[in-house]
Amino acid sequence: MKITTGQRIFSVFNYIFITFLVIVTLYPFWHIVMASFSNSYELMAHSGLLLKPVGFSLQSYKLVLSDNAVIRGFINTVILLITKNTLSILLTLFGAYVLSRKLMITPVMSFMVVVTMFFSGGLIPTYLNVRSLGLDNSFGALIFPTAISTFNLIILRTAFYGVPDSLEEAAHLDGAGDLRILFEILVPLILPSIMVVALYYIVGVWNSWFEASIYLRDRKLFPLQLILREVLVEKQINMDSDSETTAESIQYAIMTVSTVPVLIFYPFMQKYFVKGATVGAVKG
Amino acid sequence: MATDVKNITKREKRKASPDKKPWIVRFGRDIKMHKGAYMLALPVILFYILFCYKPMGGLIIAFKNYAPIKGIWGSSWAGFSHFEDFLTNPYFWRLMKNTLTISISSLIFSFPAPIILALLLNEVRNKLFLRGSQMIMYLPHFISLVVICGMVIQFTGSDGIINDFLAIFGVERKSFLNYPEYFVPVYIISDIWAGIGWGSIIYMAALTGIDSSLYEAAVIDGAGRWKQTIYVTLPGILPTIIVMFLMRVGQLLSVGYEKIILLYNPLTYETADIISTYVYRKGLLEQSYSFSSAVGLFNSIISFILLTFANGMSKRLGEGSLW
Repeated sequence: MKITTGQRIFSVFNYIFITFLVIVTLYPFWHIVMASFSNSYELMAHSGLLLKPVGFSLQSYKLVLSDNAVIRGFINTVILLITKNTLSILLTLFGAYVLSRKLMITPVMSFMVVVTMFFSGGLIPTYLNVRSLGLDNSFGALIFPTAISTFNLIILRTAFYGVPDSLEEAAHLDGAGDLRILFEILVPLILPSIMVVALYYIVGVWNSWFEASIYLRDRKLFPLQLILREVLVEKQINMDSDSETTAESIQYAIMTVSTVPVLIFYPFMQKYFVKGATVGAVKG
Repeated sequence: MATDVKNITKREKRKASPDKKPWIVRFGRDIKMHKGAYMLALPVILFYILFCYKPMGGLIIAFKNYAPIKGIWGSSWAGFSHFEDFLTNPYFWRLMKNTLTISISSLIFSFPAPIILALLLNEVRNKLFLRGSQMIMYLPHFISLVVICGMVIQFTGSDGIINDFLAIFGVERKSFLNYPEYFVPVYIISDIWAGIGWGSIIYMAALTGIDSSLYEAAVIDGAGRWKQTIYVTLPGILPTIIVMFLMRVGQLLSVGYEKIILLYNPLTYETADIISTYVYRKGLLEQSYSFSSAVGLFNSIISFILLTFANGMSKRLGEGSLW
């Protein structure tokens, strides 16, 4: 194919524009990390782009990492990540397995599941339901009501459809029960899809703050995101601050601390997410 | 069917006979045969009944004067009075206007942004550059909403970097999130920043699905790159664009309230308060359970009508549909 001058000019501008977008995406993160390592007062006096820390200081990290609410928030989030994900993945696997069988209950259940993608009780009835079940002010309120995401259920069902029936039939003839067929034959075969679904659940738990804010009253139960909201949005900073560290420095440090775990896992998770984004969304 | 029974052979009769039993008997047999599978189904069904269908039933409080002490069934009926209250509420038009302003602005600005990005990325020939820039632009999708809003609050604050930049041109410093006229732009721009890369994935996938022989044919017909984009690339990803567009239209009235709750404050209610944040405040902060359920129900009914309408339009145009 012949490349005309017009195309070459377009190509150059295209690279420049995309590079610009990359910088715009990356800079806010850079700014936060650099600001978090800066000296509070020099940071206040500074204006404009922040390409390196001004007056290096670790004071804000010392305060954030020794704060009880932050530590407890981290622990609570980890507890939620483990319990909720285990339950979610198991239930989603069970549901998807049943939906991929040819049982008498399958069509009824499919209908039941799909309806929930279009209709829901909405915020208030859901809230009252959780309260009437006595789950409020406990981790149960964050674990059970959102245990199964129908979207993820459908991803796994599609994955089960991709496994040839003959495999299960053979296992069935050998006398294997449903549980054994599911865990010993099917799960290893659809492991990549399970990874996608697990990561969706993990990100969901890691990011969620709203349910926690409406159901939890006891501050000891607050997950990390709720503590972050207090510090970043409501600007309530109850740390033993010293005269040398401003609220702003603490905010930058806490943003960095809470984003680092994501950044560490991100390169490994990225390909699974990209796979999930196209599995679930492309129709037909 | 009964008259045909005589004509079928014995073998077929034996095969057909279970079907003549009442469904409950066949169901019992199905359970016995697939005991394991039914046991797995049980917790899933329980989940859907308890956490999806029970709240749907709970919507009945929209037609009642719900009082927590009396319970749902003990409370008196209110008919459509909560709906009337909402429609005649002084805030009704403001809420409608704000909800539609935010969702239509995001339809105009946030929706096409990832499509344009995908088309531009599609022209990048350097694989390493492509991979690297994609990886970085997906990143904001994984940062929690609270942290993103924290960044937005920091950067738009009166001593934030945006004001630092504008101050160079002599613009007066102001905290953008305290002025109603800036709320929607801040909301939309931060939305595009956080979502453009991730949103482009699905279009990139659609782009790789386009048959390369179409491009070859277009080149033989003398089409340059621009014409190829107009006549091959765009029609190739049109079905994906339409499905995504339809989903957006169905969500016109269900703007994500979490981000708004994090960013708004009483100073900006004038432009930032939308139907779902109003439901949140009325219902959870002021405990008007019945009234706010009615508002929520009203919102979802209109959303569903919009979705059905958009889907019908698309079907008529012959451009694929959601169902």
